[in-house]
Amino acid sequence: MNWLSNWSPSWQWFHRLGSPRWFYQTTGRWLPWLSLLALALLGTGLVWGLGFAPQDAKQGNSFRIIYLHVPASFLALAGYYIMAIAGAVGLIWKMKLSYMVMKSAAPIGAVLTFLALFTGAVWGKPTWGTYWVWDARITSMLILLFLYLGVLALQYAFHSNEAGNKASAILALVGTVNIPIIYKSVDWWYTLHQPATIKLTSAPSMHPDMFQPLLVMILGFYCFYVVALFLFTRAEILRRERKTTWVKALVLGESQS
Amino acid sequence: MHPLRKQRLQQVILIVVAATVVVGLVVYMLGQNANYFYTPSQIAAGEAPKGVFIRAGGMVVEGSVERAPDSLDVQFSVTDGASILVIQHSGILPDLFDEGEAAIAAGIVDENLVLQATEVLAKHDEKYTPPEVADAMNQAYERKQEQKQEYKPKQQGAQ
Repeated sequence: MNWLSNWSPSWQWFHRLGSPRWFYQTTGRWLPWLSLLALALLGTGLVWGLGFAPQDAKQGNSFRIIYLHVPASFLALAGYYIMAIAGAVGLIWKMKLSYMVMKSAAPIGAVLTFLALFTGAVWGKPTWGTYWVWDARITSMLILLFLYLGVLALQYAFHSNEAGNKASAILALVGTVNIPIIYKSVDWWYTLHQPATIKLTSAPSMHPDMFQPLLVMILGFYCFYVVALFLFTRAEILRRERKTTWVKALVLGESQS
Repeated sequence: MHPLRKQRLQQVILIVVAATVVVGLVVYMLGQNANYFYTPSQIAAGEAPKGVFIRAGGMVVEGSVERAPDSLDVQFSVTDGASILVIQHSGILPDLFDEGEAAIAAGIVDENLVLQATEVLAKHDEKYTPPEVADAMNQAYERKQEQKQEYKPKQQGAQ
C-alpha cells in the first residue's frame, strides 16, 4: 500500500481534528444554528406534508406516513455508515473522539430504525393488510436494528472503554455488509415492500407536489441527525474526559456563572 | 502513513472484505429462497412445491374477480405478463385490493395449479399520485382507447 504513504505529506490536520476539546468547542458554536435549521426544516416539512400535500389516489391520507418513514429509513442507513467509518478510524488511528462518535451514533440509529419499522407497520396494515411480513427488505431492516443494539450492548459489556470500543467497532464494520443488502433487497428479490420511489439515476416516481415536502423532511432529518449526534458526542466527551483539566475548568466555570 | 496504522488499515479492510464475501456467498446460495413469493410463471412451470405453504404474487387480471353472492368466497387470477394463476380465497380482501393492482396470496397450490389462499395481501407500487392527476391520467387513457376503437372501423371500411 505505497499509495497511502504518498497520499499526504502530513497527517497533522487529521490528528488535530481528533481532539475532543476542539470538537466540543467547535460544535458548541455550530449547535444553535444547526438546531434552528433542523427545527425550521422539520416544521415546514411536517406542516406541508401532513397538511397541504395532496392525498394519494389509492391510499388516501395513510400515504402521509411516508414523510416520517422515508427520512427515518434514510438516516438509519446513512447513520450506520457514519458509525462504521467512525469505528474504522478509531481502530486505525486509535482516536478517542472517533470512538465517542461511534458510540453516540448507535442509540440514534437504533431509534431511527425502530421508527422506520414502526411507521412501516402502521402503514402496512391499511395498505397491505398486515402489520408485518418476513420479506427481504423488512427482515434486513430488523437485522439493522439488532446491529445497532449489538454495538450499543458491546460498549457496556466490557469494563475498560478500550476493549468495548474495539469490539463494537469490529461488529459495526462486519455489519456494513447489511446496508447495500437493505438498499438492493427490493430489486434482488420479490418482496412485498415496493421498490424505491426516490432514485439517484431517474426522476422520483412521485408527483412533485408530494415530493417537495418529502425532500424538505429528508433535509430536516439530516440536520436533526447531526444535531443529535453532536449532542450525544458532547455528553460522551464530558463523561470520558472528566478527569482532564479543561473539562474540570468548563464544569466549574459553568456552575459559577 | 505510520506503518502500524497502515497495518491496522489493512486489517480493517480485511474484516470488511471477508464479511462481504461470506455474506455474499450465503446470499448467493439462498438465491430464490429469499424471495417472499413465487411468480405465476414459476408456479405454471412447476417450480413451486405443491401441498406446501407458499406465497404467490402478480397483477390481478381485469374482470377476473368473482365473488360468491352468499359467502366471503372469492376467486381471482393474477398474472406476471406471461402466465396466469387462479387464486381461491375465503375472507375479507384488503382495501387496496383491486383489479389491475398487484396482490400477494399465501396458501397451498392444489393439483389443478389453483392456489387455495389463507391470506391475501395488496402490494403497493412505488408510485404516488394525487387523485386529480390520477383521474386526468385515466381519462386521457380512456379517450385514447376510444379513439383507437373509432379509428379501427374506418380502416376496415376503407378496405
